Amino acid sequence: MKRAHMASVAAISLTAALASNAAQAENLTLCWAAWDPANALVELSKDFEKQSGHKMSFEFVPWPNFADRMLNELNSGGKLCDLMIGDSQWIGGSAENGHYVKLNDFFDANGIKMSDFVPATVTGYSEWPKNTPNYWALPAFGDVVGWTYRKDWFARPEIQSEFKAKYGRDLVAPQTFAELKDIAEFFQGREIDGKTVYGASIYTERGSEGITMGVMDVLYSFGFKYENPDKPYDMAGFVNSAGAVAGLEFYKSLYDCCVAPGTSNTYMGEGIDAYKSGQVAMQMNFAFTWPGFEVDPNVGGGKTGYLVNPAGPGGERFAQLGGQGISVVAYSEKQAAALEYIKWFAQPDVQAKWWSMGGFSCLRAVVEDPSFPTSQPYAQTFLDSMAVVKDFWAEPSYATLLQASQKRFHDYVVAGNGTAQEALDGLIADWSEVFEDDGKM
Amino acid sequence: MSESAIDRVAAATPAGIARRVRGLSDRAIAWLFVAPAIFLLLAVNIFPLIWTIRLSFTNYAANRPNRAVEWVGLRNYQRILTDADTWANMQTTAHFLVWTLFFQVLIGFTLAWLINRKFRGNDLVTTLIVMPMMLSPAVVGNFWTFLYQPQIGLINYAVEFVTGIPASSFSMLGPGGWARWAIVIVDTWMWTPFVMLICLAGLRSIPDYIYEAAEIDRASKWRQFWTITIPMVLPFLMLAVLFRGIENFKMFDLVVLLTGGGPGDETLLASIDLKREAFEKWRTGHSSAYAIILFVTVFGLASIYVKALNKVKER
Repeated sequence: MKRAHMASVAAISLTAALASNAAQAENLTLCWAAWDPANALVELSKDFEKQSGHKMSFEFVPWPNFADRMLNELNSGGKLCDLMIGDSQWIGGSAENGHYVKLNDFFDANGIKMSDFVPATVTGYSEWPKNTPNYWALPAFGDVVGWTYRKDWFARPEIQSEFKAKYGRDLVAPQTFAELKDIAEFFQGREIDGKTVYGASIYTERGSEGITMGVMDVLYSFGFKYENPDKPYDMAGFVNSAGAVAGLEFYKSLYDCCVAPGTSNTYMGEGIDAYKSGQVAMQMNFAFTWPGFEVDPNVGGGKTGYLVNPAGPGGERFAQLGGQGISVVAYSEKQAAALEYIKWFAQPDVQAKWWSMGGFSCLRAVVEDPSFPTSQPYAQTFLDSMAVVKDFWAEPSYATLLQASQKRFHDYVVAGNGTAQEALDGLIADWSEVFEDDGKM
Repeated sequence: MSESAIDRVAAATPAGIARRVRGLSDRAIAWLFVAPAIFLLLAVNIFPLIWTIRLSFTNYAANRPNRAVEWVGLRNYQRILTDADTWANMQTTAHFLVWTLFFQVLIGFTLAWLINRKFRGNDLVTTLIVMPMMLSPAVVGNFWTFLYQPQIGLINYAVEFVTGIPASSFSMLGPGGWARWAIVIVDTWMWTPFVMLICLAGLRSIPDYIYEAAEIDRASKWRQFWTITIPMVLPFLMLAVLFRGIENFKMFDLVVLLTGGGPGDETLLASIDLKREAFEKWRTGHSSAYAIILFVTVFGLASIYVKALNKVKER
């Protein structure tokens, strides 16, 4: 009896200790890329600090070094980050290597349903293996590659008439890549307001992921597929299909004809600069850049139009997925508080505020609200784009797969070595070697 | 007779400690002093080297802790040494190494020779010349990126001014075959002062009486240059080449900032490729083998070179 009594006292003490620990104010660190949405999240998180008593710290790393820095942190079992807003392609490796906490039980216990989020974001940011109900992140920031164009230039009567005389149609936002190239060629080297402007800004960055994101954004609509839908990792005829080859040739032709001089290593930041400074008529970039354009004195206030990725020659229309989910890092000693943050972040009113501050919410209650399409000039384009997304490999070996494509694409598109067919054949060889090493082929 | 300081310290040493120290041989005391340094060397240099050699025979990936580590024998080495890309990167590295050394020695020696002559403002000119090597490679990489920019860069405008070729019609860091030379130019700009300083030290170490003797023997200036100046500066010059050679074989930061290894793989030096293999592709076993190959290459070349340097010194 005495022993049972002591055990009860011990259990109660332990429970009390755990409870007090859970209630204890923690200093949580959230890791993400250094970009505009991160600044919005800092502001948004002040509400969480008020409600929970926890203090939020942030570790933001510029995009070109984000993957290097954060994957190093995860691979070394570092305790710097309690919450990680990691890139979508990290999900496979982070799940399989135990970097992220699996969230299924937490979601069930707290009434968080993945069906409440945009399906593409759940697949892209949360699931591993893909298309299975195993969740490692809450969709945090929806993003997709789209296009912006200078609506004010397009609307000028003299430009309109010159374009019509040359191409026999009105100058409007392009709906196909062929139209996009015509427009880019039309603007290339043109004098506007006493300044030479260029056709388009596209991704050509070599070091991290830039040119792959740009090329893939075009290739999907030309018929590129990562693998045989019926036979995983069977890539011949899919990665290097005739359509994929045509798509890669198209990307190179766009690079050769219509970009500004010296843009052989450009990604998101350079694209933003080129567009805001009035250097280009059109710009390929992720949707996260759009709120910044709306408030920019040079290109904001109705001067910018937003465009879903144009269609390929067969009418197919896809776009490269960006964006991230928010995960709890398995090495964190403050997981309870980190989960509290995710629970708070998943609330509809917080998500609505997130959108209003420039964060691209993935919650259906927000994006399917009748007022959403008119809430921002780019809102409808964002919605339409998110409906046609595809993503790069999210395999644990994604980094190796990515570096192979960076090399092949840059070598062909920018350096002008070899042919598109050779680049894609070489890519299959590279990717096959990776999958063979992983025992998947 | 006054007591010396040593005697006073000896007298003040407690008897127990004095006995213990007296029991140590000179050799033991020497080991006692060098042991911390040897321990540090083993921990920081030798152990990682042995560990890297071990990893180079496995398929270990640092980002895949749950994957079984398998012994793959010489497969990593075989893959690297039979990979055409590796050899292409080695060629790029050799191009960078040879041309940077060539220009730095040529210009560095010339500047040193000119500065060695006494003239008004000599110190100021020397200070101005050595400024580039005091800058951070990150700063140099960034501002040369701007200098090379086709639309706003000074380099392209200078070329247009001299040749008439439109500034925005070519890109030093883009396609067109100039990128390899662009990185050579930047490294030469930054590190020529280093070679110059070492050469200057060599030139100033030559005693004046040797030249005076040569004058008395009616040796021409040209002959003095080839038979006195060059042989006596050569050991210094070779030392500068050794330092710059090893540094440039490992060159990373400057080139990453300027070109990221592009366009394509045109400026992908072996060290950049190694970093990508190790920390972007996370092929730890593979990159360990790569690192060992590079280490053996540098070590082998440097050893041969040091032998040659010693022979020159002995002459």
